[in-house]
Amino acid sequence: MASVTNTNTAPPVSPEVLAKPAARALREALGDRVLSIEDFRGDLTITVERRAWVEAARQLRDHADCDFKLFLDLCGVDYLDREDRPERFEVVLHLYSVSRKHHVRLKTPVPESDPRVDTITGVFRGANWFEREAWDLYGIVFKGHPNLIRLLTHESFVGHALRKDYPTAKRHVLKSSKEVLVDIPPGSENLLVNIGPSHPSMHGTFRVQALMDGETVRDAEAEIGYMHRNFEKMAEERTYWQIIPYTDRLNYCSSFMNGHGWALAVEKLLGVPAPPRAEAVRVILSEFSRIMDHIICVSTNVVDLGAITPYFVMFRAREDIYTLLEACSGARLTVSYVRIGGLAQDVPDNFEALCRAALASVQEVVEAGDKLLTRNIIFMKRFKDIGVMDRDEALSWGWAGPCLRGSGVDYDVRKDHPYSGYEQYDFDVPVGTVGDCFDRYLVRMEEMRQSVRIVEQALAQLPGGPVITDDKRVAIPPKSEVYSNIEALMNHFKLIYEGILPPPGETYGYTEGANGELGFYIVSDGQKHPWRVKVRPPCYNIYQAFPHMIRGGMLADAIAIIGGLNVIAGELDR
Amino acid sequence: MTPLAEELLVTFVKIVIVVGALLGGFSVMTWVERRSLAFMQYRLGPNRTGPFGILQPIADGIKLFFKEEVMPVAANKWTFLAAPVVAVATALLATAVIPYGPPFEAFGRTLQIQIADIEVGLLFIFAVTALGVYGVVLAGWAANNKYSLLGGLRSSAQMFSYELALGFSWVTLILAARSFRINDIVDTQAGGFWHWNVVVHFPAFIVYFLAATAEVARIPFDLPEGESEIVAGFHTEYASMRFALIQMAEYINMITVTVLLANLFFGGWHSGVPGMPESLGGFPLGFVWWGLKVAFFLFVFIWLRGTLPRFRYDQLMQFGWKVLIPVAAVWVMTFAVLWVVVGGGPR
Repeated sequence: MASVTNTNTAPPVSPEVLAKPAARALREALGDRVLSIEDFRGDLTITVERRAWVEAARQLRDHADCDFKLFLDLCGVDYLDREDRPERFEVVLHLYSVSRKHHVRLKTPVPESDPRVDTITGVFRGANWFEREAWDLYGIVFKGHPNLIRLLTHESFVGHALRKDYPTAKRHVLKSSKEVLVDIPPGSENLLVNIGPSHPSMHGTFRVQALMDGETVRDAEAEIGYMHRNFEKMAEERTYWQIIPYTDRLNYCSSFMNGHGWALAVEKLLGVPAPPRAEAVRVILSEFSRIMDHIICVSTNVVDLGAITPYFVMFRAREDIYTLLEACSGARLTVSYVRIGGLAQDVPDNFEALCRAALASVQEVVEAGDKLLTRNIIFMKRFKDIGVMDRDEALSWGWAGPCLRGSGVDYDVRKDHPYSGYEQYDFDVPVGTVGDCFDRYLVRMEEMRQSVRIVEQALAQLPGGPVITDDKRVAIPPKSEVYSNIEALMNHFKLIYEGILPPPGETYGYTEGANGELGFYIVSDGQKHPWRVKVRPPCYNIYQAFPHMIRGGMLADAIAIIGGLNVIAGELDR
Repeated sequence: MTPLAEELLVTFVKIVIVVGALLGGFSVMTWVERRSLAFMQYRLGPNRTGPFGILQPIADGIKLFFKEEVMPVAANKWTFLAAPVVAVATALLATAVIPYGPPFEAFGRTLQIQIADIEVGLLFIFAVTALGVYGVVLAGWAANNKYSLLGGLRSSAQMFSYELALGFSWVTLILAARSFRINDIVDTQAGGFWHWNVVVHFPAFIVYFLAATAEVARIPFDLPEGESEIVAGFHTEYASMRFALIQMAEYINMITVTVLLANLFFGGWHSGVPGMPESLGGFPLGFVWWGLKVAFFLFVFIWLRGTLPRFRYDQLMQFGWKVLIPVAAVWVMTFAVLWVVVGGGPR
């Protein structure tokens, strides 16, 4: 851990950290307003003074040596009663540079007595909801924010739920709903329509309020949080492996991938890799989960366009994939199959046969769906040039995954930062040109074919060996040893009783989820529970742009767009 | 029995037969649609009630009959109640002038399953189906639901636009037959299938087929009830038997346009094969040809639903006004001129 903290002068920083262009550029631009620069497990962390917050974010975005154009995440952290921190709160920003293929973390301490910091919504559009969330859950005020109201909790909720001193057992009875979300101009004769929270094409519980002029959407605003359960607060009171079942409930359409992402993030924090066989199985099941997610997205999207047959045709492949997942884990939807350092158990003997069957049915339905849709004139008329998101806008909103690639940004975590052995597999990353619904559809269809390729390669070279690490601090010993061997018994007891104890520090683990970069920002204080877990849910950034995308369009376009964004309530609201 | 009483009796029997057949047809159609859609989509569809699930419509009817009648508090009560009745009444009224099958000899008279063989049959249908939009508009407005209102608006705009194209598509048939009577138009198509209007008036057929699909609001033109956009459109707030009435009106309209399609463009009860006997053992074979044609085109509507997505509202309107109506109008002009110049037209 290369870290020096000195708040008085420009901090002395180890040369290898300063060699990173972003660190150097920011220190040159801000001088002693940079409080510290650290590098832990490959994560570059820059801490700046509060008054330099917006300037630092802008420098990171615009400086030629930085070019951190992709907004990833912004969150608050509460360091209540922590002697090692200068102030109680911290605001943390994660950015990514597509050109330099580098992540950065920018932090600023915020005192409890004056919990205010300037908004960066002028730098990154995507910061809007993240700052509202930080206000909602931590009570950090963002000066200059256009609409700083509660987002995930109810408008009349009292307190800030993620603060360490918030009583978790406290209950609120909140019944009323906010009637008007959009600004209605005086004298307006437009029709105010609530689309959702229960509406046939709001898959999950989203509420969009639209001000309609006939069939045209004049103004729109979204309200989220109907499925908010504060996963992050729950994670602070669970051990690292107890959190795995909760991750299944994030994006429940591809639950395996969330567990995969979480396990990798914790393994990064621990510095303990999983054995090759576990990684290969993880890749296979993740790719199948990605296929399922894309199938759901594409087929429900066309149901919203009135075509029901492609939905039934394409959904069949999910059955075979669920059969595979069930054979491996015993569960179909919420699989909880990964463990920190590997997998819960080895795959069944007929694993390869089940994979082949699932592959065959995926290939069949993808081609069938392609025939039904891709060259269908009505389908094209409904999708082409609808919901266009250009490249720069998409980056500023913090889009990721198939939606970002549809807008022409070639960023895929599997390719640019290979994890779990993705570097061994040969696959292409499809990229769109226009950024409309049709491009997003094509990208998803092609990704399914590429996932099939990856699975085939991974199956062909599936390594043998154990499926969980032999690191005694991380993995529970096998039951046969626990019952026969006192060391193993003690080891088992210690792990169950004390949990996994990672080193103090903070890491940002990221994988390519079905909707894009799924990140877990973990702050550890060395105890068995994480001090702070922040999920970067890919569809949160994507859905944030949705009300802006539908303004001025037709109602039917709004329905066509939302299906293609693949917003999953479990992941959106956490 | 006086001739008047006899005539009244015959008409009454015809009404019972036609309305009974249409209501039966409506029930069977719901089953056929659900089963065939299911087979297109790797499903089974309703198959528990009776052989092949054929009793499903009866089960549905019983269920709907005993369901609670719900009316929104803010609804306009009498309009809300009247709308489904208007929809069904106009749908049934339009069926009165349509011939169902060929004329046949029975009881010493020449009979035809047609309630009223009036001189202006096509005009009558045009007039009555135009009234049908009132059922939808009233339903959409009375429920006091924004989605219903949007559905009602969409529906009225769509029906008005496509009725024009629908009317245009009939003009050349009327010209050629020199009559508004549907029987006359059917008789011009006797003989080989090359006499059918679908061959002679092919552009008119295309316009009619598309406009009719839009008129009965089937996919790809089902915008008035596009459930993913406006929940269920104009009938969002209807439940129980009122909902069943609206469904009934829709299916009867669908049967009407299909029967018209068979009668006006596909030779009606004429087999299309020269030399085919008129009857077999006293049974007029015309019923068989006619029935096959109607069944086929009813299936085509289901098939379309199983295949296509829905248009967007503005695309639908543009298609109606900028494509269908000009095509129909140009065809009317072209045909009229050709008819006079090339021959066969009025001297």
